[in-house]
Amino acid sequence: MNKVTQKVEKGLKKRYMKEKIFKACGLVSIGFAFMFLLLLLTDITIKAWPAFVQTQIELKLDLSEENLGLNAKSAQEEIKQADFRAVIRSALKKQFPDVKKRKDRKELYSLVSFGAEYQLRDLVMDNPNLIGTRSSIKLIADDDVDAVVKGTINRNDDESNRRVKNLKLSLIEGLEENNQISKQFNWTFFSSGDSREPELAGIKGAIMGSLYTILVTLLLSFPVAVAAAIYLEEFAPKNRFIDLIEININNLAAVPSIVFGLLGLAVFINFFSMPRSAPLVGGIVLSLMTLPTIIIASRSAIKAVPPSLREAALGLGASKMQTVFHHVFPAALPGILTGTIIGMAQALGETAPLLMIGMVAFIVDIPQSIGDPSTVLPIQVFLWADSPERGFLEKTSAAILVLIGFLIIMNAVAIYLRKKFEKKW
Amino acid sequence: MSITAIIFVLLLLAAYSYFIKRQKVYALYRTQSIKKSKIKQTLPKYFGYVAALWSLVPALLVLIVIQIIDEPLVKSSLADYIQSEKIVIGDAADDFDLYMNEIKNMSIDELESADPEKIKVFNQYQKFQSISNYAMTIIVLAMAILMTAFGMKKVKINTPARVIFEKFIEIILLLAASIAVLTTVGIVLSVLFESIRFFGEIPFTDFMFGLEWSPQTAIRSDQVGSSSAFGAVPLFVGTMLISLVALFIAVPLGLMSAIFLSEYASSRFRSIAKPVLEILAGIPTVVYGFFAALTVAPFIRDLGESLGMSVASESALAAGLVMGIMIIPFVSSLSDDVLSAVPTAMREGSLGLGATQSETIVKVLIPAALPGIVGGVLLAASRAIGETMIVVMAAGLAANLTVNPLQAVTTVTVQIVTLLTGDQEFDSAKTLAAFALGLMLFVTTLILNVIALHVVRKYREEYE
Repeated sequence: MNKVTQKVEKGLKKRYMKEKIFKACGLVSIGFAFMFLLLLLTDITIKAWPAFVQTQIELKLDLSEENLGLNAKSAQEEIKQADFRAVIRSALKKQFPDVKKRKDRKELYSLVSFGAEYQLRDLVMDNPNLIGTRSSIKLIADDDVDAVVKGTINRNDDESNRRVKNLKLSLIEGLEENNQISKQFNWTFFSSGDSREPELAGIKGAIMGSLYTILVTLLLSFPVAVAAAIYLEEFAPKNRFIDLIEININNLAAVPSIVFGLLGLAVFINFFSMPRSAPLVGGIVLSLMTLPTIIIASRSAIKAVPPSLREAALGLGASKMQTVFHHVFPAALPGILTGTIIGMAQALGETAPLLMIGMVAFIVDIPQSIGDPSTVLPIQVFLWADSPERGFLEKTSAAILVLIGFLIIMNAVAIYLRKKFEKKW
Repeated sequence: MSITAIIFVLLLLAAYSYFIKRQKVYALYRTQSIKKSKIKQTLPKYFGYVAALWSLVPALLVLIVIQIIDEPLVKSSLADYIQSEKIVIGDAADDFDLYMNEIKNMSIDELESADPEKIKVFNQYQKFQSISNYAMTIIVLAMAILMTAFGMKKVKINTPARVIFEKFIEIILLLAASIAVLTTVGIVLSVLFESIRFFGEIPFTDFMFGLEWSPQTAIRSDQVGSSSAFGAVPLFVGTMLISLVALFIAVPLGLMSAIFLSEYASSRFRSIAKPVLEILAGIPTVVYGFFAALTVAPFIRDLGESLGMSVASESALAAGLVMGIMIIPFVSSLSDDVLSAVPTAMREGSLGLGATQSETIVKVLIPAALPGIVGGVLLAASRAIGETMIVVMAAGLAANLTVNPLQAVTTVTVQIVTLLTGDQEFDSAKTLAAFALGLMLFVTTLILNVIALHVVRKYREEYE
């Protein structure tokens, strides 16, 4: 063996070691990213879990005619005016006759949600036969009760740093002993709009807002992006202006989204005086933002269509326009659709530009059209995350889960489309 | 007529011209004389399309023009009326706008209670409104009918209908492509305009080099803390600090994942790992913000406390860490592209000389791919600077001038959001400051992007 070989062999072990360490570093990096993703998803899922369950209190309510001032023939309007709060309060008073002090009474009344009287009202309006009966009805519990029942508030904590004080806790335990507290799937969360009370807050308004916004975005950005991509790939001559367009598209793809919000605020709201907080403006801003994404994806899909297809069509006497619209575009469509769905998913999760155009308002009503003030899912998450009420923590996480659910569905569709229709030419 | 009704009528007219023209050309094509001569090159439908365009496009253009000039016209004639009737509404232009809005929003029920002068103006306004509406309807419909007739005559059997129609479509496509330019112009104009107004109130140098940021505008002049300071240096430093933390996490991790995925991993592992990394990129930033604010930040604070350090609950570290993880997939996919663009010959040459794989990567691949990687890092930096939701939710609001990542800092984007989501009038220096910050943000990211794109393109060309 000569000297060089010896030298090489001597260092070999060390070099192999280094190789192994290097490889391990790579694996650890990926592992770190995975671990973080897992941590994030589990953390949010665990936090969100309780939000899907609603605590209810079953009370024996005296719905007698004199109590409500109604009879079986009362009109809907009259029922609307009736004092259901008093009915609920008297039922609570009857059950806990020992609670006498004014302050304690207040605690007692706050066992059921602020919205329970409206829940009862709607129930009676739907079902007027209830008038004149004594019936057990399940009412939505207050968020504090909810937290105690679910164990989010620890009963064994010291009273001084427990949100629910001893009196209320004993009341809750009294209800529990009577089996009056029950849990069921939280439909309210999916069927109502935003509310200041965590137990009444839902995401339907935000989902509808998101839907309208995405609809506007899709209707505006898809045709424009496809037209632009076709032009740039198939028709554009080589000149300065086309270069300018291409540079612009690439740059716009990297402009921070909040800048698009500033554009929306200055141009659409202040200059064109479009309505604030409306999905219409949100959709326009988001479509400007997703335009580059869809254009870039569509261009690569069009580029992937083999020239032989074009040449065959041209050779048979089709014009350039006919070639493109009858042959190239259909062949590129799956790729274009995939890009569009990914762009829409991006738009669905976007928050910052919508903050700028005033979609952060507290809106209870469910939007009915693209001109109504509304909010969107990510902004609902942002609003609830900011809320000091503890009950909103689980709602926030649940809203995030719903949002991520939508995104996963969209991406799955995109992947399916790609797998199913993608042709290797 | 309402605009929808007008457009509907226009569409009907267009459909009419399309069918009539197409039928006519069909009939002509069937006649013997044309069958023999060879001018039958164009499909009949193209004649129909062109005829339809004649009846639709000019009328639509006129409609748009009328829509644009309609409002100012009504306004100015109303102003004349008000002057001639000597109704006093205050002299400033703002007052007039306010008055106009009031008149516009008046409903029928309010009419009874409003004062008689206002009712007079309101009636006059409605009169002008209806005149302008009649005028619009007549002009647009007349235009449409005229042009339909003209188109019917103009489009003949020897008209190159297909060529005209395709040229028209091409122009539409070009217009769609130009929207990108328009958007950029819109962004530049909107931020520039307001920024210039801002710099009219606050000197540019005070903004760029001032060390104190407290954007209060006083409601009363003698109020405590009424002095406002618009020195943006603390924001710039805060933004840089958080972005640096993020890059410090994202660049090594992203690069190493890209190397592992492209050089070591089996194709099966890659086919699983890549989509998972893409999920990381697809999670909305508001979710990261929530996670950073509620899970990571308290964790870091507790960890710091157990080590005897004082960590702010809105530390730059927490926001930067989460932001870094958010841009890992971004860095890794860019580096992946760049690494796979390095010619195989270089790789094989190095391996053939006896280098181990890691030596090849560190000494051959990375130096060869360095410009591309730098470009990727610059793009990642521009993304970190412009990221909004994570910092809005997890970073502080107070503008501290510090480079300690354990303290709370604020960023440009956070300030834009807080300045613009409150309830203040649009003209206050506070709101305008948001646009000045937006301008800075746009310019910075634009410069980073241009450099990065240039570097990446240069690098690609080198190996092609």
